[in-house]
Amino acid sequence: MMDTSITIKQQSPHSLNYHFKKSLNLAGRYLILILIALFFLFPIIFMFVNSIKNNETQIIRDMSNIRAFIPYGELGIKNYINVFEQMPFGRFMFNSVFIVSSTVLGGLLVNSMLAYSLSRLRFKGRQFILTLVIALIIIPTESIVIPLLLMVNRIGWLDSYQVQIVPFIADAFSIFLFYQFFIGLPKSLDEAATIDGASPFQVYWRIIIPLSKPVFATVAILQYLVRWGDFLWPLMVTRGYEYRPLPVAIQQFFSQDPKVWGDIFAFASMITIPSLVIFLIFQKWFVQSVASSGTKG
Amino acid sequence: MSQNKEDKNQVKLSEIHKKEVHAAWRFALPAILLLAIFLLIPFIVAFVLSFTNQRLITNPNLPTQFIGFRNYIRLLNDFEFLQALKNNFYFSVIVVPLQTFFALLLAILVNQKLRFISLFRTIYFSPVVTTMVVVAIIWYFLYNPGEGFINQVLQVISFGKLGPYRWLNDTSLAMPAIMVLSIWQGVGFQMIIYLAGLQGIPEELYEASHVDGANQWQQFFYITIPQLRNTTIFVVISTTILAFKLFTQVWVMTRGGPQGATRTAIVYLYEQGFQRLRVGYASTIAVLFFLIVLCVSLIQRFYLKEERAVQ
Repeated sequence: MMDTSITIKQQSPHSLNYHFKKSLNLAGRYLILILIALFFLFPIIFMFVNSIKNNETQIIRDMSNIRAFIPYGELGIKNYINVFEQMPFGRFMFNSVFIVSSTVLGGLLVNSMLAYSLSRLRFKGRQFILTLVIALIIIPTESIVIPLLLMVNRIGWLDSYQVQIVPFIADAFSIFLFYQFFIGLPKSLDEAATIDGASPFQVYWRIIIPLSKPVFATVAILQYLVRWGDFLWPLMVTRGYEYRPLPVAIQQFFSQDPKVWGDIFAFASMITIPSLVIFLIFQKWFVQSVASSGTKG
Repeated sequence: MSQNKEDKNQVKLSEIHKKEVHAAWRFALPAILLLAIFLLIPFIVAFVLSFTNQRLITNPNLPTQFIGFRNYIRLLNDFEFLQALKNNFYFSVIVVPLQTFFALLLAILVNQKLRFISLFRTIYFSPVVTTMVVVAIIWYFLYNPGEGFINQVLQVISFGKLGPYRWLNDTSLAMPAIMVLSIWQGVGFQMIIYLAGLQGIPEELYEASHVDGANQWQQFFYITIPQLRNTTIFVVISTTILAFKLFTQVWVMTRGGPQGATRTAIVYLYEQGFQRLRVGYASTIAVLFFLIVLCVSLIQRFYLKEERAVQ
């Protein structure tokens, strides 16, 4: 800061030299930003480009140089067709979408309801439950999967949708995020409604939910990110393809030898495109959600 | 007359309160039941099982028995488990500082007031929304031992002095290879958290220090870093916990190999509990894993409390 202010004093801000230095500085900044962008993009570009190369030998031949990033040669959707012919891709996609959306939507309802009751209603045991929920945030799923596996095995839930949905609907951190938000809403709103004869359910549905869209979006996105990438649990509880979600499906496809890379990249692209599209549409919300997970956590 | 009215009001009020209590429990119950059945009970069961020789499929001839601390003693003398823990520590000692540093650096870069800056933010964040299994598969290909892209890049920039390396097949390089892609995938998340932290620093602090003649480096070290203290604690702790949960990318790429060089606590838990059906022993791993995560979280609480006390 000091240095630049001295140089500005010495030369007129309108001088050619000043403008030259300024645009050089700007170019430098963009160069750094672009180089880093390339670092983050190259594996994703690599995947897309190779997924549309029909010739497997070309993919192997190109993999060691810049040609791996250039769509040339025999291009097409042969690899994508191969994926559909070799496995029930649609089924896997449906499984993932169904499991993730049920868990997230169910979670929005159940978790916000508990948070509503903890933040707005008076009842005995409220403080105890709140403390317990906050303590539960610390328990990582990884530390309970083994007893959970034993439990679901006993009740015959292995290889099902519910085994991948029901245990993860209630989430202590989501409850905490909802609680933090609800406690900040003015209490006079629901008091006025209660005096007008509104039931707690009406207050929740008509007053609290409409005012709380940001926190619902935050929880939905954070839960979506966790659940969509979930791997350990579905790996343990799915055997056949009927209930298998995408991450496990592609891992099993990938671990079969011989590896056909064109097909693997086509499969990978089909998983990645929907989540990238969702991200691009709801970008702003993603950024806000992640940011608030840090400031409130 | 008025006395009567007051009584009526009293009755009405207590009725409203009764209704409120009923409603409160109806609202609370679904989540409480789910948390109790699928989190609290399994958690307690994990502790109980860790003192037994429970197996996933019980053999009627060998009923489950309480065996005291035998699992714990065995685990702490289990070479494979100790190696796994060591790998987790190795991973966190390298990844946590690097990822935190890069996250801050990227946050500063994308906090500049430049055109198209939000485009760069989007690009830097995009690996976070790419599923880890997919990320691991792509990098597996990039790390190809002979002709892989990464080997070629290294050879070109070092004028043929470096490589080719066997990356995932090399006991000393497999873990660093996994570290690189983990940072690549995860750093965007922490970048956003730091960005929020940076934008929360009051502009006046910088203006005042500028008047006092502070340069940019001084501003960085005496304003930015101290103001980001809580953000940094959060980022460091959450990255450390993630480092101890390391599983997906390892399972896809190396299955813990070569020779256990990338086996982590959770990989070992999966092998013991799921593949070898030793539920009791795996629960012991789960308990120790939980205690480590608990310690890390308590450190965070401790530092955050200290901060509040100072203020």
